[in-house]
Amino acid sequence: MEKFETLDAIVAPLDRPNVDTDAIIPKQYLKSVKRSGFGPNLFDDWRYLEPGEPGQDYSKRKLKPDFVLNQPRYRDARILLARENFGCGSSREHAVWALEDAGFRVVIAPSFADIFFNNCFKNGVLPIVLDAAILDRLFAQVEATPDYRLVVDLEHQTITTPDGEKLSFAVDEFRKYCLLNGLDDIGLTMQHADEIRAYEARRKTEAPWLFA
Amino acid sequence: MSGRTLYDKLWDAHLVREDSDGTALIYIDRHLVHEVTSPQAFEGLRLAGRKPWRSRSILAVPDHNVPTIHRERGVAGIDDPVSRIQVETLDQNCSDFGITEFHMDDIRQGIVHVIGPEQGATLPGMTVVCGDSHTSTHGAFGALAFGIGTSEVEHVLATQCLIQKKSKNMLVRVDGEATAGVTAKDIVLAIIGEIGTAGGTGYAIEFAGAAIEALSLEGRMTVCNMAIEAGARAGMVAVDQKTIDYVAGRPFAPRAEQWEQAVTHWRTLKSDPDAEFDRVVTLQAADIRPQVTWGTSPEMVTSIDGRVPDPAQEADTVKQTGMRKALEYMGIQPGMAIADIKLDRVFIGSCTNSRIEDLRAAAAVARGRKVAPGIRQAMVVPGSGLVKKQAEDEGLDRIFIEAGFEWREPGCSMCLAMNADRLEPGERCASTSNRNFEGRQGAGGRTHLVSPAMAAAAAIAGHFVDVRDLV
Ligand code: SF4
Repeated sequence: MEKFETLDAIVAPLDRPNVDTDAIIPKQYLKSVKRSGFGPNLFDDWRYLEPGEPGQDYSKRKLKPDFVLNQPRYRDARILLARENFGCGSSREHAVWALEDAGFRVVIAPSFADIFFNNCFKNGVLPIVLDAAILDRLFAQVEATPDYRLVVDLEHQTITTPDGEKLSFAVDEFRKYCLLNGLDDIGLTMQHADEIRAYEARRKTEAPWLFA
Repeated sequence: MSGRTLYDKLWDAHLVREDSDGTALIYIDRHLVHEVTSPQAFEGLRLAGRKPWRSRSILAVPDHNVPTIHRERGVAGIDDPVSRIQVETLDQNCSDFGITEFHMDDIRQGIVHVIGPEQGATLPGMTVVCGDSHTSTHGAFGALAFGIGTSEVEHVLATQCLIQKKSKNMLVRVDGEATAGVTAKDIVLAIIGEIGTAGGTGYAIEFAGAAIEALSLEGRMTVCNMAIEAGARAGMVAVDQKTIDYVAGRPFAPRAEQWEQAVTHWRTLKSDPDAEFDRVVTLQAADIRPQVTWGTSPEMVTSIDGRVPDPAQEADTVKQTGMRKALEYMGIQPGMAIADIKLDRVFIGSCTNSRIEDLRAAAAVARGRKVAPGIRQAMVVPGSGLVKKQAEDEGLDRIFIEAGFEWREPGCSMCLAMNADRLEPGERCASTSNRNFEGRQGAGGRTHLVSPAMAAAAAIAGHFVDVRDLV
């Protein structure tokens, strides 16, 4: 996993609540057995005029001009502003793979669905929860300001706006540590293999039917 | 010390270790696997030179991509080459790692959340995970069951554990008795309408109260299935005699002495009377009428005698935007009577409503009637090969076919339209599945979620009707 330390990037606003993972990456792209290449299909149904199929030549597909991420000013965005309950629905990690593949490393929303939130951290994407009122303000600023950027500093847990305002955010210590160091948590868990075996030994006497 | 909730008990029993900040390692008893969210996990495992920690804890089945017709051709019968590769990849991974898999031509094949309980692979007191959000279904057995992402699938394969923080406890109590024609699906849609799709975020929900206790295990599965639609990763119901009777004699269930020992333990799987919940929500079953969703989120729901709401009446501007976008997508107007919504297709199936009781309820409505001429397709997709066989033994297939429904082979089918079963752009469908998201049943398709009986009634009438007027 790629490390995350700080990010200074263009911000794109996605102004609707309950954005589900079906919308983030439609089902036809889940047929891939790979982990990469989902970026061109991020928000596929909102982004293109015609429904797409895997393996199509994306350069030939017509874009919906009014979809926010199709606007030239947001082309290089790496930070996504979103509304409540972002990432709800299906557990598909492809949603995070698509965001990451399309360049997004940070999503800021008033709330996230649990599974999506978790999946982000496994892929070097930082989901940040801020107050709905602060988000209202950020949405207004982004829409009013071309080339609006934010600086996200994970170590210090701050977001800096273009006029120097510093917003702080919370992040779980363990997840922060893994992100900052780009750590694979399977390796970390393996360090506790003896404890897992001890648990199993105890459990086999308490609940033997689970091991039949 | 106050008592513990069911969730507390399940959590404590599976805790391998816990750090001072609450980050915990939880042991997983049962890992269910399907073809869509597992290939990258197996690939990761191989790349790291790892092996599954306990292959015998895993049960695999292809369900999302499988066709629901012409199954005699097996995997070769999957026309879409990309779908076929995904199923073949699962077969290969399972044979490489010695994992039990019900292949496409096995009568036990079916939707992963239907076959786990059907086989007794889901047992009370277990932790059950699957790379699928509707894993919450298995909580109906007094198990701690939740969906995980693919990285976590790999983590469980490699370590038999998951890194988690404990959720908060929520109790959703449905008191009293539901009226005739009001099913588990209506109850859970009403709950989601009440607490919202993010209402359960961060919580494990226990469903309780007389109306939940009155449900069969199948009905409880329907309710727990949609806990995730209320934002909760896990939903659960306490163990009672019905739970134990349901599990008894199933292929993976314990036998003889171990059975007695297990039952003694399972009887403790309920919240203590003095257990405290972080949030309690109470509904009266008698107030719940058959439900129909009108929008693109399961919380956008009302009763069959209701009307499509008006966004202009919504004070919250973010919600208002969401409603406007939903109505535009759904192609319906504020104020329209739900009963005036006409349909193009009807889908009865999915892990929410494809078990035998669901099919019986739909068949009871379809019996001796005909699908309305305006309906282009009405289809019934059983949840597993065994459900299909049982339905055929009971003659339900003939009732459906005579009424003009198609009778298909088991799988996820039009619940998410990864196979060939899908809506065309603009088509409107009454569906017994769990998600009405944009494009869920096919790009541009419009989904209204209902119970199996309501779906059958809509197929007969060509538009939504109150099933209570039909039976
Ligand atoms: S039936 Fe639908 S919700 Fe259930 S597992 Fe299949 S795709 Fe997911």
